[in-house]
Parts: sequence; C-alpha cells; structure tokens
Amino acid sequence: MGDLEQKKANNKQLAVRLLIVAVAGLAFGFALAPLYNILCEAIGLNGKADITATAAASNTVIDQSRKVTVLFTGETMPGLDWGFSANEPNVEVYPGEIKLTSYKAINRGKQAVVGSAVPSISPEVASLYFKKIECFCFNQQTLQPGEIKDMPIRFFVSPDLPKDIKTVTLSYSFYKVDNKPK
Amino acid sequence: MSTNTATHHDDHGHPTGIMRWVASTNHKDIGTLYLWFSFFMFLFAGALALGIRAELFQPGLQFLEPENFNRLTTLHGLIMIFGAIMPAFVGFANWMIPLMIGASDLAFPRLNNMSFWLMIPAALLLMTSIFVPGGAIAGGWTMYPPLSVQNPSMSVDMSILALHILGVSSIVGSINIITTILNMRAPGMTMMKMPLFVWTWLITAFLLIASMPVLAGALTMLLTDRHFGTSFFDAAGGGDPVLWQHVFWFFGHPEVYIMILPAFGLISTIIPTFARKPLFGYASMVYATAAIALLSFVVWAHHMFTTGMPVAGQLFFMYSTMLISIPTGVKVFNWVATMWRGSMTFETPMLFSIAVVFLFTIGGFSGLVCAILPVDIQVQDTYYVVAHFHYVLFSGAAMSIMGAVYYWLPKWTGFMYDETLGKWHFWVTTIAFNVTFFPMHFTGLAGMPRRVPDYALQFAEFNMISSFGAFALGISQLLFLYIVVKCIKGGTKADAKPWDGAEGLEWTVPSPAPFHTFEVPPTVK
Repeated sequence: MGDLEQKKANNKQLAVRLLIVAVAGLAFGFALAPLYNILCEAIGLNGKADITATAAASNTVIDQSRKVTVLFTGETMPGLDWGFSANEPNVEVYPGEIKLTSYKAINRGKQAVVGSAVPSISPEVASLYFKKIECFCFNQQTLQPGEIKDMPIRFFVSPDLPKDIKTVTLSYSFYKVDNKPK
Repeated sequence: MSTNTATHHDDHGHPTGIMRWVASTNHKDIGTLYLWFSFFMFLFAGALALGIRAELFQPGLQFLEPENFNRLTTLHGLIMIFGAIMPAFVGFANWMIPLMIGASDLAFPRLNNMSFWLMIPAALLLMTSIFVPGGAIAGGWTMYPPLSVQNPSMSVDMSILALHILGVSSIVGSINIITTILNMRAPGMTMMKMPLFVWTWLITAFLLIASMPVLAGALTMLLTDRHFGTSFFDAAGGGDPVLWQHVFWFFGHPEVYIMILPAFGLISTIIPTFARKPLFGYASMVYATAAIALLSFVVWAHHMFTTGMPVAGQLFFMYSTMLISIPTGVKVFNWVATMWRGSMTFETPMLFSIAVVFLFTIGGFSGLVCAILPVDIQVQDTYYVVAHFHYVLFSGAAMSIMGAVYYWLPKWTGFMYDETLGKWHFWVTTIAFNVTFFPMHFTGLAGMPRRVPDYALQFAEFNMISSFGAFALGISQLLFLYIVVKCIKGGTKADAKPWDGAEGLEWTVPSPAPFHTFEVPPTVK
C-alpha cells in the first residue's frame, strides 16, 4: 500500500527533524559554558570581569572629588592549610589613584604547597571598573612549610565607577592546585 | 496491511503473560505500564517524604542523621519528578492521545516500548544508590556544585547516569508523541479541533525536546568535572559553580511546565464533562499554553536571585516571571467560566479538578510572591518555597493525575470505580494535603530554612501539624491503590460513555477499550 508507505516515510522524516532539534539542544547546553564566560566578562556578571587580566597603568586624571573605600577579604578553601588575610582590611582611594597593598599568607602544613587565588568583586558591576596592575592572583603561589609571604596587589579604581558605589569589596579565595577530588 | 478487518485483530495472537508486557508495542499496554510504574514510584518517593516528616515531627534529631535527611530530600525530589509525575503523564499520553485523535497507535510503537523499558534501569539506579558506600546523593535534587562535584560517593554518578537514561527516554517518547499528533490524526481532526489534552502534550513534548538535552549537557559537564579533570564548575580551575545553576535552571524551568501543562490538559477535559458545557475559550487555552511554554525559557534566573546578578538582570527575570501569570490567569478564568452556569455534578474526577483549580491557584499566587525580587531574597530556601512548589506540583500535577485516573478508569477497565470510596479518597487527600503544606507558608515566612533536619523551637507546633497531615496524606494513597485494584477486578459494568457530558473520540469505542482501536480511522465532522 503506497499510502501507508508514504505515511511511514513522513513519520520518519519528522522524527529525524525532531532528533536534530534535540541534538541542537545538547550542543546549546555545552555552548552555554563559553557563552556564560563571555557574558560574565562583558557585563561583569558575578564579579568575574578581568579576573586575571593585567591592566595597564593609566594616565587618567585622578578624581579628587570623591573617595572610594576598598575592602579586602580573603579565605582559603578546604584542602589548603594556609593562613591568608589582608594586611590592610580597608583602603580609601581616589578614583584613578594607583595604590599598593598586600595580603599575607602562611603555610601551616608540613609540605610545600601550590595555591591559586581566584578574585571576586562585589558589587558585581564594580568589577568592570576595578583594575589590577599587579596581583599575586596572576600567578600560582608556592609556599614552603612554615613560610610566610607578603603578596602585593597594585590597583586603581577607574574614575568611570558609577557615583552611587562608595564601597568595593575584593575577595580572594585561595585554592590548592591539583586538589581535584577524584 | 492493517485496514478493513478490525475484528480479526482482536483474536490474532499476541504474547501473553510477562512477555505481553516486556515485548509490548501496544500503546494501551505501554500506557498501563507507565501508569503502574509511576504509581509505584509515587508511593516509594512518598515513603521517603514520610521519613522527612517523621524527623521534622519534633525539633532536634530523632530518627535520622543529617546526611540521611539530606539523602531523603534529594531522592524524594528526584524520584517524584522523574519517576512519578513525568511517567504518569506519559502514561496518559500513551493511553489517550491515539484514542483522542483517532489513531491506531503511536507513530513508532517499538521506540515506545524502548522509552518505557529505559525507565526501569534508571529507577533501579536511583533506588539502589541508597545502598552504595557513601550513601545516596545528598546535595538536593538540583545537584548544585560544589557539593555534587566534591561528594565522592558513587551514588552521584549513578544518579547522573539515571538522569541521562531518563532524558533519552523522554526525548524518544516526545519525538514519538509529536509525530503521532502531527501526522496521524483522523481525517477531519484539524489542529484546532484536537482535545486540549492533546494540545498541551504537543507543547510539552516540544519543551522536553528543547530542554532535556540541555540537562544532558550539564550532567555530562558535571561528570567530567568529577572524573576527567575538567573545571566547568570548579572555581579552583577557573570554572564557576553558578554556571551550573544557569544551565540547570535553563532546563529546570521548562521542566516545571512539563509537569503542569499536561495537568492543565487533563482538567480542561474533565471540567467540561461534568459542567456539561463545552470548554470556555478553547482557542485562548491553546494560545495560553503556547505562551506559557515560550515564556518558560526566559525566566530561569528567578531561581537564582540571591546568587548575585546585575539589578537589570534581576528586574528582567522578575518581570518575565510575573508575565507568566497572565496566560495562566487566562486558563484559570476559562475553567471557572466553563463551570459558570453549567449543570455541574460532583463525581470524583470533577471534585479533583475543582480542587486543582482552587489549590493550583494558591500555588500560583505564592509563586507570584516569590517572583517579587525583595521578597524572594527573604523567602529563598525557606519552607515558603516548599509550600509553593507542593501547591503547584502536588495539588496541581499529582491531584489532576488522580482525577484523570478516576475519569478514564471506566474506559480502561470496563468497570465503574467505587464512587463512595473515590470521594473518601478525594476528601482525605485534599484535607491532608492542606494540613501538611499550608502551615509551611507560615513557617517559611517566619524564616524556617528548607533541607535542614532540625529547626528552632518556635516552629514546633506547625511542624507537628504538617507531619500529622503528611502521614494522613501518605496512608490515604493506599486507599487509592485499593480503589484502582477493586475497579480492575470488577464492579458495575461501564458503558462506552459512562459520563453523559463527555465529548471525544475515546468514548466512541467500547469499555474496556479493545486491544486495537481505530484500525480504520474515524471521520471527524
């Protein structure tokens, strides 16, 4: 029966098309990972912008009309037996002014350990305007047992920072490198 | 092949005994399998919930280690969603869609068999994961990293594999259903003449095809993060745990509508029957369903208001979420307008449907409350959210399934169910449900966090009430089982059309529906 054959062919054709939609859905699911990172950096979502990018020291005019408080916090993630804290918990800067401050890390363990710090900025929008010229987070850090290390960060807050933001928090999470759970 | 001789097919041999079910390609048999499977999983996941409520009966830790409590909440959620509610709707789709559109079976009967039998290993993986070293998956049904990446237990991998299998089953099933609906309708059955249940399933199937693969992608990334050294969600390696939440909820919010749109279809079928009036605003129902489905893809981040996102993003997701209440409101209005001045009678299916309209609307309103950004920041992860989603999922999805079971039991079994017992089941279920979940609005607003086995003393009374309600709710479902079994065994013979107000092709075939129906397509005027 040609009619029935025709119907079966139609069904098969539709099913294949729907399968293509499903496969496209799968591809889209994976594509969301890079898309998300691009989006985060573009609009400062999750305070992720410029995580490791080195900003060039700019010759922008220093905006002396207002001051911004920058709070520094830090924590270590499970598996990393380090003490880690900011030497200056808060710093006041003029937008555009280049400032140097530092964190202190102590390896409390009995082995040399490599750690990596991941910064996060809050409020998230501020991440677009917080520029790091020099930062220990650009490289992995190795600490010998018992070693105490001062780790500098040189930064400035762009004068374009929206006027309603008066406090910016920079938070570092220190992870042990190669500490992936199996 | 299969034309003219419809009678001949009734006698030709098909396998009997267990092979009838294992090798079945018959949409009615597979529908029955799906429905029994989902009912068993419903009881199993319900029993897990009773473990939760037993622990929460009093403050302090009585029965469960906190880890075990977390395992119960996680498995309860996963199994209710993927094992009970979704398969139950697929069971209805199998049984009723061919009967409603005048097709002899689904488009791909063998794939249909595969879709069902894939569910069994998936369910076994989820259920046996309780016994592996390290215990069952415990980080919540949403499986947020870093917990789901750090938990070394094999059960997490078993759950990921189970969800992969269920995803394949759902996608194959959806392709089957869409092909059946688009290509196999009886002559004269135009799209805008299809029963609303068929319409809602068509749209649900598209949602499944679009969203399940995204979950599969996310689960695969989770698996490679766990075992193959990638860092999609691991901040130490440059990933971001919040990415999981975005991808998961991009699947998760359409999933919410996958679990409610077929329920809308069911009660849009039942209410006109017992109001003895055609459905008010049929076309607007179709468009509202499509609108809800489209909107479901642009609201996902309302699950993540507290994860930190730009205010513009929060506002977008707040407004898009609120927008969904418009098509949903259209539906509620249409159901009420269908009942308005109808010659209503209150058989069990109608009682369930009216309760669904009433209680689902409460869940809808609490959803609207949660959508308000500043309020959500307060109620996020509290029992208010638990109350909200049980009002939409239990009294929306599960109770519409119960009502629809009563509605079509005469068609399936050839016998009328026991109306008195059915009404008992309805009233006990409805009252116990509200006793269980209504107080959670109060405890949630007062700040009781979800997924915690202990709570502050001030919540003791409400929790005790909730636990009493939960046990009544659980036990009353055994009555449901008894009523269904009793109806299968016998009773008053059912006519081809036992409900005098019922419309639709399924009532033109005898009760019980013969093994093969519509071998010759009927003509719809």
